[in-house]
Amino acid sequence: MKFLRDTWLVYTRQLLLVWRTPARLVIGFLQPIAYLLLFAPLLKNALASAGARTYADAYRIYVPGLLVVLVLLSGFFAGFQLLGELRSGVIERSRVTPVSRTALILGRAFSEVTTLMGQAVVITIVALPFGLTVEIGWVLLAYVMLALMALMACALSYAMAMLIPSPAALGPLINSVSQPLSLLSGVLLPLTLAPGWLVTIAEWNPIYWTTNGTRALFTGNPGDTSVWLGMLIVVALAALTVTWATRMFARQVR
Amino acid sequence: MIEVKGLRKSFTLGKRRKTRTVEAVRGVDLSVAEGEIFGFLGPNGAGKTTTARILCTLLEPDDGHAVIAGADLRKDPAAVRTKVGYVPQGGTTTDEVTAREELVLQARMYGMHKTEAVQRTEEALASFELTEFADRQCRTYSGGQRRRVDIAMGIIHRPKVLFLDEPTTGLDPQSRAHLWDEVRRLRDAGMTVFLTTHYLEEADALCDRIAIIDHGEIVALGTPTELKHGVAGDVVTVGLNGDGPRAAELLTGRDYVHNLELGDDGLRLYVDDGATAMPQIMRALDGGDIHFDTVELHRPSLDDVFLIKTGRSLRDK
Repeated sequence: MKFLRDTWLVYTRQLLLVWRTPARLVIGFLQPIAYLLLFAPLLKNALASAGARTYADAYRIYVPGLLVVLVLLSGFFAGFQLLGELRSGVIERSRVTPVSRTALILGRAFSEVTTLMGQAVVITIVALPFGLTVEIGWVLLAYVMLALMALMACALSYAMAMLIPSPAALGPLINSVSQPLSLLSGVLLPLTLAPGWLVTIAEWNPIYWTTNGTRALFTGNPGDTSVWLGMLIVVALAALTVTWATRMFARQVR
Repeated sequence: MIEVKGLRKSFTLGKRRKTRTVEAVRGVDLSVAEGEIFGFLGPNGAGKTTTARILCTLLEPDDGHAVIAGADLRKDPAAVRTKVGYVPQGGTTTDEVTAREELVLQARMYGMHKTEAVQRTEEALASFELTEFADRQCRTYSGGQRRRVDIAMGIIHRPKVLFLDEPTTGLDPQSRAHLWDEVRRLRDAGMTVFLTTHYLEEADALCDRIAIIDHGEIVALGTPTELKHGVAGDVVTVGLNGDGPRAAELLTGRDYVHNLELGDDGLRLYVDDGATAMPQIMRALDGGDIHFDTVELHRPSLDDVFLIKTGRSLRDK
């Protein structure tokens, strides 16, 4: 009970900070919206070989990929904020209280996930006038998958930040992890267009399955293998990374 | 209220190959009574903050024992946390939230229910004269106001002991005096205050007892008056222009000079009675054909205590 209450305290405080610094939110939106407006329209023709005959088809393939990029990349950068807060003394101030140590990091991670999901919903809505049509039930399930991906990315980023507590070294490390992960998952264009060897490599990438799963849910194919497999993978990964990050945090901050 | 025995802490610095160990705290013993303001005076890097952070459970000591308000630091840090408040150097207020929000959150982190947290916040705001701007974001506050919010956060759970790390660093003289009054008020209400400082005036004016710390060790401990009396009767400073070493040699071993420190701009001589020693010093210098610019007589300060114990001046740091 105390742990849940403490997590809620930290979570609501972090969300309040997000709400009070709208600039950060807006900047988070700008890039995905730009892709949506300036890149996605090319896709009807480009994706014809992947089965896109209309703009709606193209957006159903593209928007889920865009959301995966959003939650992964933004999530991966959560570690920087944690570093800042560890340095500024904000976390120290909580550590002299009996507040749960796990709550200090989980509340932060959940607040990041909430913010990202808010952005994901807005991006989906912005895509609707372009012809994106979705089935609400399956899209909600896709959001669950995205939220778990965001949680996984955040936790991984926190753990890396505690492993390498220097912002200058953390940036390149995060980039070198996130770039191959996202390229090998077909977030920009589905890997159905890829040569066989690339797909073979991608099948080892967990994000490949979650991206395909999200895409299948957007296109209304909940029976696709990638949906249950992706869900299974992302649940396992989120559990693993969260455990890792909370353990490291508890050890580091005492 | 605070009993510390043999406290030690060292840090390993540097990268894999070139590591070096810094002994930040090297066997600190001290005892702080209930309801006193205890000052930890020393230069930057002396181990003041490390000691305070250990006693607040933020750092684990390598060795030693401490009991704070009846709770054992190593066996039961959770109990210590409920009994101490800590105000870190530099403060921790967040720009985007209000003082009221900060205080309510801190109270709730200590486990209070919402109604109780709100009530305590009202009391704290009133007692630190913050009510007027309690609903403005912290970014709009002055340094002194921010510091008061920090301290209000530190005492929101009514701790037995409050740790203040360099509480007045960066404050203007007026805010500093105001803060000293706040700290005295807390003491008068029965709280034990442990503060670190590198300001001699602060230690002298505010603290009931002082421990002077240098290189992780306590070099002197007592009330400010006791410490100053321990030095000598008077201090005579002689301003010299380059003849320092020769003058020091000349005056060393004279029966009216207890102790002598050579600085960049002259000599400090510790004597029993300045009025009789001063003419003797001047005659001796004349006799040695040494030209001096000034001769002054002072009461010993805490800096003299520091100088005698460590051979360095705290003011130069």
